Amino acid sequence: MLDDFFVRALVAGIGLAVVTGPVGCFIVWRRLAYFGETIAHSSLLGVAVAILSDVNLTLGIFFTATVVVFIVFLLERREGLPTDTILGLLAHGGLALGLVLLSFFPGVRIDLHALLFGDILAVSRHDLLVIWVGGAIVLGLLCCLWTPLLLATISNDLSTVESRKPLMSKLLFGVLVAAVIAVAVKIVGVLLIVALLIIPAATARRFANIPETMAIGAALVGVVSVAGGLFASLQFDTPSGPSIVVAALICFVLARIPIVFLKGTKQTTQT
Amino acid sequence: MDSKILVDAQNIGVNLSNRWIFRHVNVTVERGQVVCIIGGNGAGKTTCVRTLLGLQTQTEGTVNRASSLKVGLVPQKLEITPILPLTIRRLVALAGKFEDQEIDDALSAVGLDELGNPSVSTLSGGEFQRLMLARAILRKPDLLVLDEPAQGVDISGVEVLNRLVLDVRDETRCGVLMISHDIEMVFDIFDDVLVMIPHEFDQLRYSNAA
Repeated sequence: MLDDFFVRALVAGIGLAVVTGPVGCFIVWRRLAYFGETIAHSSLLGVAVAILSDVNLTLGIFFTATVVVFIVFLLERREGLPTDTILGLLAHGGLALGLVLLSFFPGVRIDLHALLFGDILAVSRHDLLVIWVGGAIVLGLLCCLWTPLLLATISNDLSTVESRKPLMSKLLFGVLVAAVIAVAVKIVGVLLIVALLIIPAATARRFANIPETMAIGAALVGVVSVAGGLFASLQFDTPSGPSIVVAALICFVLARIPIVFLKGTKQTTQT
Repeated sequence: MDSKILVDAQNIGVNLSNRWIFRHVNVTVERGQVVCIIGGNGAGKTTCVRTLLGLQTQTEGTVNRASSLKVGLVPQKLEITPILPLTIRRLVALAGKFEDQEIDDALSAVGLDELGNPSVSTLSGGEFQRLMLARAILRKPDLLVLDEPAQGVDISGVEVLNRLVLDVRDETRCGVLMISHDIEMVFDIFDDVLVMIPHEFDQLRYSNAA
């Protein structure tokens, strides 16, 4: 069954969506959209590092992204610069540095298009293993971090007073985001990965009253988007990564339609 | 340290970006005691309490806390982003591992048991304060800390709140540290009060016991 490239793409995308849903919830709760963007941009530097040091691409990206996470934390505590300035510095600095580094190696050709927009139809069986095993590890760690991270999101002071070590959980979460992005770059690319983190989470908010249901909802919306996007790309011959993001966007818009409209009755209260 | 003493600060001060937020403060909170810190805006009350709790490092002086001191904090306010769905029971349950019955008891102690389980964003200021108090007492703290609990609460609400705090104190023999900008709010309940005046670093102390 996994011999078919389309089935592999579907299995890969679903594996990714199940992880990006819950992780993405924390991204929106903690207002980390630009942080995610920065980690994604820095993966171009990761590609350069991987090629220069001759290691696996995903490992190179993960390693570089983790270093960037630590730099963000250090600069935030030391320099007194606003967070978005630090992130802008690292996002675009990392991107530029990666491209400059690669230019020193004229023999090395990289498929920039595949890096920026991903190539989900090209995933191998080995990629599937990385996605599902890596995804399971990330989800497992996120479960352990869940309560402390949630409390740190609500209030840093409460979290510290109740001995939940907020800094530690935030740092570990940063590393988890680095891992998710390292795995996801191959599939949806540097420019679109953040969409998979944010759109399903934002869509699921409408239907959730506690954090946990929002996380599960986000995973479901992600799965629906991946399946819908892939089938659409097969049907209309559109690029698969962008099709998945467009499908997620359609889910979001559909979820915003007030229930009143759907029921066709007049109601003054909306949820 | 005397085993009755929960937190003890001697001559502490905090200097941020070359400005003294407060200086020369001495505070001691003992088990069973209600200590209030009052003062106008900018007197450094919140920073002082954060220093006592170890959330802020003092520039001068010493702070001693009882070992494994369990603190129940009722913060001045929390800004919870609207994209985070949160019901009152879920917020309270984040305080640790508790049985449903214990959560029910804490909510009924503050009079929120009739509400059901609404979203936190629908609560009024006073209800939210009581919810945070429920959360704090659920932890059975050694030290209960309240930062301006009377904010957004009317006069009768203040009396109820004060009564609640005293009940908790009597029941659990915890120490209470409470910030207020208005001495009238806390006049009936303190054992010891520290008055902080903005830009002046000599604290005034009164004691109800003396």
